[in-house]
Amino acid sequence: MLSIHNLRAKVEGKEILKGINLEVKAGEVHAIMGPNGSGKSTLAGVLAGRDFFEVTEGEVMFEGKNLLDLSPEDRAREGIFLGFQYPVEIPGVSMVNFMKTAINEIRKYRGKDPLSASDFLKYMRLKAEVVEIDTKLTSRSVNEGFSGGEKKKNEIFQMAMLEPRLAILDETDSGLDIDALRVVAGGVNKLRSKDTATIVITHYQRLLDYIVPDYVHVLYDGRIVRTSGKELALELEEKGYDWIKQEMMQ
Amino acid sequence: MEPNTALLGPDNDYLRLFDANRGKLTQSIPSFLVDLRKEAVESFRMLGIPGKKNENYRYIDLQTSFNNTFRKELQPKNITFNVEDIFRCDIPELDADVILVLNGIYYDTHRPMRELEGGILAGSLAEAFRLFPGIVEKHFGKYADHRKDGLVALNTALATDGFFLYVPDGIQMKKPIQVINLLMSDEPTFSQQRNLLVIGKGASVSLVVCDHTLSPEKFLSNNLTEVFAARDSRFEITRLQNEHNASTQVLSQFYMQEANSLVNNNTITLHGGMVRNNLYVQLNGEGAENNAYGLFITDQGQHVDNYTFVDHAVAHCNSNQLFKGVLDDYSSGAFNGRILVRKDSQKTVAYQKNNNLLLTSDARINTKPQLEIYADDVKCSHGAAVGQLDKQAMFYLQSRGIGRDEARLLLMNAFANEIIAKIQVEPIRERIAELVGKRLRGELSRCHNCTMHCC
Repeated sequence: MLSIHNLRAKVEGKEILKGINLEVKAGEVHAIMGPNGSGKSTLAGVLAGRDFFEVTEGEVMFEGKNLLDLSPEDRAREGIFLGFQYPVEIPGVSMVNFMKTAINEIRKYRGKDPLSASDFLKYMRLKAEVVEIDTKLTSRSVNEGFSGGEKKKNEIFQMAMLEPRLAILDETDSGLDIDALRVVAGGVNKLRSKDTATIVITHYQRLLDYIVPDYVHVLYDGRIVRTSGKELALELEEKGYDWIKQEMMQ
Repeated sequence: MEPNTALLGPDNDYLRLFDANRGKLTQSIPSFLVDLRKEAVESFRMLGIPGKKNENYRYIDLQTSFNNTFRKELQPKNITFNVEDIFRCDIPELDADVILVLNGIYYDTHRPMRELEGGILAGSLAEAFRLFPGIVEKHFGKYADHRKDGLVALNTALATDGFFLYVPDGIQMKKPIQVINLLMSDEPTFSQQRNLLVIGKGASVSLVVCDHTLSPEKFLSNNLTEVFAARDSRFEITRLQNEHNASTQVLSQFYMQEANSLVNNNTITLHGGMVRNNLYVQLNGEGAENNAYGLFITDQGQHVDNYTFVDHAVAHCNSNQLFKGVLDDYSSGAFNGRILVRKDSQKTVAYQKNNNLLLTSDARINTKPQLEIYADDVKCSHGAAVGQLDKQAMFYLQSRGIGRDEARLLLMNAFANEIIAKIQVEPIRERIAELVGKRLRGELSRCHNCTMHCC
């Protein structure tokens, strides 16, 4: 589904990603872990098309298409979803209008007719139930005045609405209490299927108790330095990242 | 030349116009008004059309607009068409009493004064001069001072008609009144509308005003409205300015507010070549509140200029101003707002804000919020912001599959909605939201049923 080959990227002239290689197949869950500043969020941003980052080398293929050639909106229309670490508040844009515009833009791209207002609202209610988000939130402006936990739930809700092929969740667990974490993880698990894939970017192992990954990768200094099964996350939890840093030094 | 019209030449001879028509301009009006007109002529002789050296008009070039050849109608022309045939406001849910004003002159000559529910009087100002000189004399020219502004002087000297509204004490009007100002002529036309609104004690009324140009000729209007809001009254006015690029509109509104009166003044400038809105508010009784909200959208070479002056003349009054502009292409705008809190006006609460969205690097806005506070126990703030669309928000929307153009529209509409949400007459709020949406989308923003291409 996703194939990243030797990806290098800069931010303001500084190289952050120094040759990433990653293969993600349908049905898989990959966790990307690593210390602060290792390039995790940069990788998520590059995949979603944030223009802040400059890709200098490498290739990203998604379902046979060169992802780096596509605009951010076309990547979303092709089925990529980025769950933001810091979801943006947009006062004055209602969640209903936001989601209706998004879904109909995606449908247009795929050659489908727009959803009628009533069908859309039915669909929205249904998805709100699936991810257990309070409909009070979905009737407000996008993220405006939401708590940290509510914003993250709203990311998962949007993911449920848009039904992506590949979801990239960037530190979705940060700032969540254990109950919110359970709800968010529950939403992700409900949306897992053999046709979709998930990349979970996280600093802590905690989230992986709820979203069990098939692979765990450690990103350090712009490279994936270790890949293993879910047991790697536990090892990292126990020992911290220092042993990886030391290994790298040697 | 028809007897009731005069041509204004590039020599800008508005004074000669008065002299040539002195008889007509001073006949069948109360004697106090004859004197007032003469004084106003003298004021205009001194002041003239304000130029850019006038601090209050420094961002707008009105002299060039006034220096064109226009026809001035002093009395209604014989109208050879039926306005209702070409213009019928089609807001379906809006149940309002509708009044038409054509080129500044009250249109319904068969019924120049209407008595609505509760003894409300709505009609032609010229007719009010005749029927209710007592009410007129008490308020006319009392709030708009012709000695301070040449445009006020010009209107006071030459305006012959406009809209008159009188709401008796204690009357709560349920239906809004809709005033539709139409400009339509087959030659360049100068019009001056004069409106007088008197809202009685404890009375409540809502007014919707729409300004439209129905023919493509050059129009110049110098309109003036005086509003007296007696104690405990409530008044909401929503104005939609929708004129074409060859129009210049000056609108000066003067409010005198007594104790505990509440005025909400919403001005949506959807389209117009050059627009100047002057808003003067005097809060003259404790507990009075004035909320002024403005939204202007400009593109091409348009210019929209808002000037406000709020005078907290007594203690315990509230005022709140929020003006927002969306400027595209090489258009320009200005906000010049002044709040005056006098020495004894303690416990004043006054806010003023002007936020602008510049969509191109050629669009320009001059903003100048000013607070002058002479009391020491007040809560006041003012501020201005000029910016572009939020890049973070743009990316967030795009990352959900929304294309750049749609994302921009969502954000521009959100910016505008803060003002639209203040409008309390729901069908009007919905229509304005729709028109603003279309305007921002670059589609024609005239109402569906209006067959003329005014934009």
